[in-house]
Amino acid sequence: MADAIAVRGLVVDRGGRRVLHGIDATVPRGSVTGLLGPSGSGKTTLMRAIVGVQVIATGTVTVLGTPAGSPPLRHRVGYLTQAPSVYADLTVRENARYFATLHGRDRAEADRAVADVGLASAAGQLVGTLSGGQRSRASLACALVGEPELIVLDEPTVGQDPVLRADLWARFHALAATGTTLLVSSHVMDEAARCDRLLLIRDGRLIADDTPAAVRAAAGVDDLDEAFLRLIRAAEPDRSGEA
Amino acid sequence: MNPRILSATVARILRQLRHDKRTVALLVAVPTVLLTLVYYMYADQPAPPGQPSTFDRIALVMLGFFPFIIMFLVTSIAMLRERTTGTLERLLTTPLAKTDLLFGYGIAFGLAGAVQAGIASAVAYWVFGLETAGSSALVIMIAALNAVLAVALGLLCSAFARTEFQAVQFMPVVVAPQLLLCGLFVPRDEMAGWLQATSDVLPLSYAVEALQEVGAHAEPTGTMWRDVAIVAAAAVLALVLAAATLRRRSG
Repeated sequence: MADAIAVRGLVVDRGGRRVLHGIDATVPRGSVTGLLGPSGSGKTTLMRAIVGVQVIATGTVTVLGTPAGSPPLRHRVGYLTQAPSVYADLTVRENARYFATLHGRDRAEADRAVADVGLASAAGQLVGTLSGGQRSRASLACALVGEPELIVLDEPTVGQDPVLRADLWARFHALAATGTTLLVSSHVMDEAARCDRLLLIRDGRLIADDTPAAVRAAAGVDDLDEAFLRLIRAAEPDRSGEA
Repeated sequence: MNPRILSATVARILRQLRHDKRTVALLVAVPTVLLTLVYYMYADQPAPPGQPSTFDRIALVMLGFFPFIIMFLVTSIAMLRERTTGTLERLLTTPLAKTDLLFGYGIAFGLAGAVQAGIASAVAYWVFGLETAGSSALVIMIAALNAVLAVALGLLCSAFARTEFQAVQFMPVVVAPQLLLCGLFVPRDEMAGWLQATSDVLPLSYAVEALQEVGAHAEPTGTMWRDVAIVAAAAVLALVLAAATLRRRSG
């Protein structure tokens, strides 16, 4: 089966600066792929290119067999922006129901998406009155509600407590088990171990595209955090002497 | 456009407005307060012989102004909020068509403007004894059309505003010249040629002329219908231009 996402030679400039320098990567279907890298490394830009809202300089991005951003994909791709993009002056339920309607889903499915992110008890609350973590889960519910084939999540677990984070990751794997493809960005390395595959990005360049086990093996250490440090240093020999 | 998505968008925008009780109260109360001011300003001014009283002349045009000014501002801010909070970017990755969003705003705030105009008109007619030769329903219809025009212009201008400060500045740029040149302060045919030419290309001039036609004639006139058609066409043109300037992809 073809890959869910195929990126070839992707170059993106933002604000007069080159943000992505020729990325080549693939994401297999029915898996949870982690997109990891430090803040400012280009994770969000790559995700924006995949959902088709980013102007790209050169290269191609193919999503579910068609060019990224093409109209049929709008029914098949769900996108969670990094900042919670829900209406603060609507309740959680009203937000979920609106995004459900856009995807042709009914109210019951909207309510289920709200329950799935653990917000059932806050469903009637205005999003503006929620805590930061609750707000980003409200936003997540709106990304999941259409049951898209590909779900692109930009830092979905920031600000969540450990129990909720474990719940959310279990939910992501349950979705992957039904054939959904998830691309999840994070700058927290302990989340990398929860992914089926990893894309490690640094300064707009891909420095690893493999399973967590293979990344550990390539670096020769068990700790993923340490493995990433070694890979980064290996990729930048001129800076290896720095702290 | 998709009827299901369009109606859901209209409902969503109205629901947001409903949760903001203070804004609703201001939308309803402010025109009434301003009409009261105008009423007492001109209460002791004698009417020129054979002409409507100064209050009648000004109040009639003001009923068209309120929805125009308020809905322009409300739309500019609402659209800017969609941009800055990321909801616009997210919406554009969903099956929603750009016209669903833009016409959704046009319909939702057009309805809000119609309600505002209806309440302001009720106060003007029943409390302050506004007299027009034509029907009050035509006055409300023209005022509601002004609201739609203002929403369309607000959506178009919001494409050129990156910050709240810029969005608010479009209000004097877009609204003030139309107010000054619409014929309320100086009759349009008494203006210098170049001002008249400018006035001729500003849509609000036609809305005001249509209101004045309703004020002076018992039956709707051909001029009034022509003016209404011009204002409606200007609103549709602005919405189409707004759709053309709304990009799914950005840098």
